Amino acid sequence: MKSKQTTLAVFALAGLLASTNALAEKVVKVYNWSDYIGADVIEKFEAETGIKVTYDVFDSNEVLEGKLLAGRTGYDVVVPTIDFMSRQIQAGVFLPLDKSKLSNFSGLDASFMENLSKLDPGNKYGIPYMWGTTGIGFNEAKVKEVLGEDVPLDSWDLIFKKENLEKLSKCGVAFLDAPTEVYAAALHYLGKDPNSEDIKDYQGSAPAKELLKSLAPSVTYFHSSKYIDDLAGGEICVSLGWSGDIAQAQADAAEADNGIEISYIIPKEGALLWVDMFGIPKDAENVEEAHAFLNFLMKPEIAAENTNEIWYPNPVTASLEFVDEEIKSDESIYPPADVKAKLYTATVKPAKIDRVLNRAWTEIKTGQ
Amino acid sequence: MKDFQWRRFKKWWLIFPPYAWLILFFAVPFLIILKISFSEAAIAQPPYTAIFEYANEKLVINLNFGNYLWLFTDTLYLNAYLSSLKIAAISTTLCLAIGYPIAYGIARMQGSIQNLCLMLIILPSWTSFLIRIYAWMGILRNNGIINNVLISLGFVDEPIRLLNTEFAVYIGIVYTYLPFMVLPLYANLVKLDSRLLEASADLGAGPIRSFFSITLPLSRGGIIAGSMLVFIPAVGEFVIPELLGGAEILMIGKVLWGEFFGNRDWPVASAVATIMLLLLLIPIALFHRYQFRELEEKS
Repeated sequence: MKSKQTTLAVFALAGLLASTNALAEKVVKVYNWSDYIGADVIEKFEAETGIKVTYDVFDSNEVLEGKLLAGRTGYDVVVPTIDFMSRQIQAGVFLPLDKSKLSNFSGLDASFMENLSKLDPGNKYGIPYMWGTTGIGFNEAKVKEVLGEDVPLDSWDLIFKKENLEKLSKCGVAFLDAPTEVYAAALHYLGKDPNSEDIKDYQGSAPAKELLKSLAPSVTYFHSSKYIDDLAGGEICVSLGWSGDIAQAQADAAEADNGIEISYIIPKEGALLWVDMFGIPKDAENVEEAHAFLNFLMKPEIAAENTNEIWYPNPVTASLEFVDEEIKSDESIYPPADVKAKLYTATVKPAKIDRVLNRAWTEIKTGQ
Repeated sequence: MKDFQWRRFKKWWLIFPPYAWLILFFAVPFLIILKISFSEAAIAQPPYTAIFEYANEKLVINLNFGNYLWLFTDTLYLNAYLSSLKIAAISTTLCLAIGYPIAYGIARMQGSIQNLCLMLIILPSWTSFLIRIYAWMGILRNNGIINNVLISLGFVDEPIRLLNTEFAVYIGIVYTYLPFMVLPLYANLVKLDSRLLEASADLGAGPIRSFFSITLPLSRGGIIAGSMLVFIPAVGEFVIPELLGGAEILMIGKVLWGEFFGNRDWPVASAVATIMLLLLLIPIALFHRYQFRELEEKS
């Protein structure tokens, strides 16, 4: 009898240990863009919920998509840009969100969500995290040194005019290695539809391709994250890049106090507006925790904390009052209505267009 | 009888691990790649169509040769193969030119200093390969060590562009793969019978003649082994040209990346990889034939 009791006690204890273990092992595995979250946000989430965050970073939609399409990424939360996400939704990669677990979902800007629903019908799979523009970042002093004092700094002419870029190549030029975005900018600059699905806009001697090909020799490198450090460190003086990244370079340079001042412009002709989206892969292991993480990031104070650190605007309406005045009033980050009206968004293109676009991109970069 | 069986079993058991290794980590992945290369790209997870379909008691096999034909429609692929072969060949030659004197020197050294020098060759590989390539980025960049020294000494006014050039790619490949050249050469040269050189000197040959008619021919095996170990991985290299090279450097590794990630076209990417493997099989087969012949000569 006694021994039976001991056995029972042992079992009970083991059960207890197992359950505390299960509690301690609550984790959420996040795969986000590099330099894309406030420094203390993860710690705050862990303290509030007891869920441990495993956090990895990437710097290209293509890499994320490769992993998602292969399946079993091991991640519970991923952050593709909306046009990429739209195609991934078609491929059946994501789990529909359980909105009953997302109490802060209603705090997202309604008109913003409606726009997104064109690419994510019914906002079923994605939560917008941050948005931004693809424009030009530059070191004003160096650009003026190379191009003269009265060079206009509000237009794509700065980098899309061959004679300008040739001179700028002396102090270093970086372009994003994001074919969909850079090519769209070139199409738009030439007065064409940035989302053109006409194969002639990409093949043969299409004007946009010829334009970029003529610029490529002056481009120091095509890369999607190196330019933050290089702008701040003076290694390059102009970059076709993402708004928040360039704002970070600006902040890094100010912090380093190295005499370098970086500016960002949304060219007057217009630019690409993109939105990065949270999604939960359908083979995620920690679905409950993923929802908790996403709900936490939609809290107005937390969303504002992220914006204050990474300098990208977020779509949580109530967060605006917590955003630093310096950022809120910066028109290159929170563009005024007339600038916003000129922004365009990317669409999902047929595979055939993707292929000719990427082929054109290789030709632009390698000359072959 | 029983003893005989046991011995056979032991023999089989000894050769089993390498074969299992080859089947598991080479043959199986290759067959998967081969299978994907005959499918079609699709918006799905995974992003290609199935080759085998079993429905209504019928097994349907859909083999799509389009991916291989596609490679011939565009000169990009041919150029990328050729350019990769060229870069690998030049890198191998440079590794040999630098590695041979190093290996020869070490092979002629005395015991403890020899071990120390061998350590020095191997030691850098204890640091992550990626970190060493990033270190080269720091050395070669415009604000990097080389340019800063050149500018402060007054040799140049403007920094020379070293990073993002083909030159940087060669530096990266030669630096990374040099130990793979030195070690097999050393293993070969250290076995060289010094009496042969003495005999040659006695017969009136100078050191240069002795080197070319004795040392070099006898170290042929080491040269071939070292060159293979450098050439083969260099052909498929992706990280070094990506990090150190400019955009204009075309290599098959980059084309593969573009097909896989840019176009999401796994079938074409697999076809590119299959062809690359077939191309690499030629030098490997030649090497095997050479080894086989050498073994036959010895026996």
